[in-house]
Amino acid sequence: MRRLVWAVVILGILGAVVFYVLTAPRTIAATALPSHTPDVKNGEYMFYAGGCASCHAAPASSKCDDPKYGDPKLLAGGRCLKTPFGTFYAPNISSDRTHGIGGWTPLEFVNAMARGVSPDGSHYYPAFPYTSYQRMKPTDLLDLKAFLDTLPASDVEAPAHDLALPFRLRRGLGLWKLLFLDGQAYQPIASASDKINRGGYLVEGPGHCGECHSPRNIFGGIITAAKLSGGPSPEGVGYIPNITPDKTGIGAWSEDEIAYSLESGLTPSFDAFGGPMAAVQTNTAKLTAEDRAAIAAYLKSIPAIASSRPSKETGK
Amino acid sequence: MNILVRSAILVGAVAFGALAAVAADDPIKARKELMKQVGASTKAASEMVSGKVDFDQAKAAEAMKTIAAVPDQYVKLFPDTSKTGGETEASPKIWEDMAGFVAAAEKLKVAAAQGEEAAKQGIGAYKAAFGELVKNCKSCHEAYRVKK
Repeated sequence: MRRLVWAVVILGILGAVVFYVLTAPRTIAATALPSHTPDVKNGEYMFYAGGCASCHAAPASSKCDDPKYGDPKLLAGGRCLKTPFGTFYAPNISSDRTHGIGGWTPLEFVNAMARGVSPDGSHYYPAFPYTSYQRMKPTDLLDLKAFLDTLPASDVEAPAHDLALPFRLRRGLGLWKLLFLDGQAYQPIASASDKINRGGYLVEGPGHCGECHSPRNIFGGIITAAKLSGGPSPEGVGYIPNITPDKTGIGAWSEDEIAYSLESGLTPSFDAFGGPMAAVQTNTAKLTAEDRAAIAAYLKSIPAIASSRPSKETGK
Repeated sequence: MNILVRSAILVGAVAFGALAAVAADDPIKARKELMKQVGASTKAASEMVSGKVDFDQAKAAEAMKTIAAVPDQYVKLFPDTSKTGGETEASPKIWEDMAGFVAAAEKLKVAAAQGEEAAKQGIGAYKAAFGELVKNCKSCHEAYRVKK
């Protein structure tokens, strides 16, 4: 009997140690960062490519889920994202040193964006799409931080997340990251053109298109084999379209039509983007025509994946 | 001439009657039909704006006129019984905020009427008016449509 008690105690301790080790936040070391003089202009470009305002700009009204936001450069947070795990509130990422991220070092910023780790060493929830931002070049991240530092400060404290109990324990996210955060930068496709790879970088990295346009498994991780093929809205209402070149996706769209839709918000059948895509398109309209064309070329180059939902695009 | 006018009126009346009938028993279908008209006119306008098709003042004005005629009819097609069904993508927000929805529709009407005027001033003015018009499409879909 005594032996059994000891065995349980030892196994318990071992289990706790294993859990502790596996869930430890993994960060990038200062020495791994390139020495780089930030380019604020490029940082501003990354701000639009990354769609930061879509979540972090304060909502236009007192409703936390108002799809519209006020000043895109006032990143006071407060927008709510209602998911099956609970309600997330976008934090204040303005340049305020206490309530925002103005006091962060460039390295702390890179670790938040690329590893999902906060300056105090805790895990961020993947509602913050660091699974995509990890693909970004460190220099683009450093430029983005330099640009964010130029934006106005807000001393509004964003509400804390309101999640169901098991998800309140951030430490457990370490296990999630072992499964869904590979720590890899964007890997260019060797056989593809520079144009396609630029598009791939924008789609997979800053653009984080796959975060909404992909189906997720029960753990909330993207199903890699079905990436970009659409899926139920992470917010539970509605369906996000397939954007692979399948006939249930955007197979019928030409590259020019894809690029034009990102510029104008109009689809080939002259429907208009809406829902969360409206805010996304406000940003893609600010990219260069070359980058929109690159995104289009990349989306046409990836494998076509069929989704169960037919395309709503009825023709031209 | 007389016969022509009469038959035109008759055809018009029948068409209007048919639309009214559809509206009464299937508002979701009627909504979709109206949005298709907007889409077709937006396409016609866009092709002139982008230079894909030569600018034609009459056609440019006509496209805007068609769009301007939609909002007043459209907002009447949202009875409480039409919140779901028929694969509607109408957001529940329409019924929660009918006043805001009607105001958004009114904005579209104004923008389209300005577009019709702008057509008379040539492609430059028309282009600008088209840009303003399209903002309404996106803004309203952002707030009041849920993609399914």
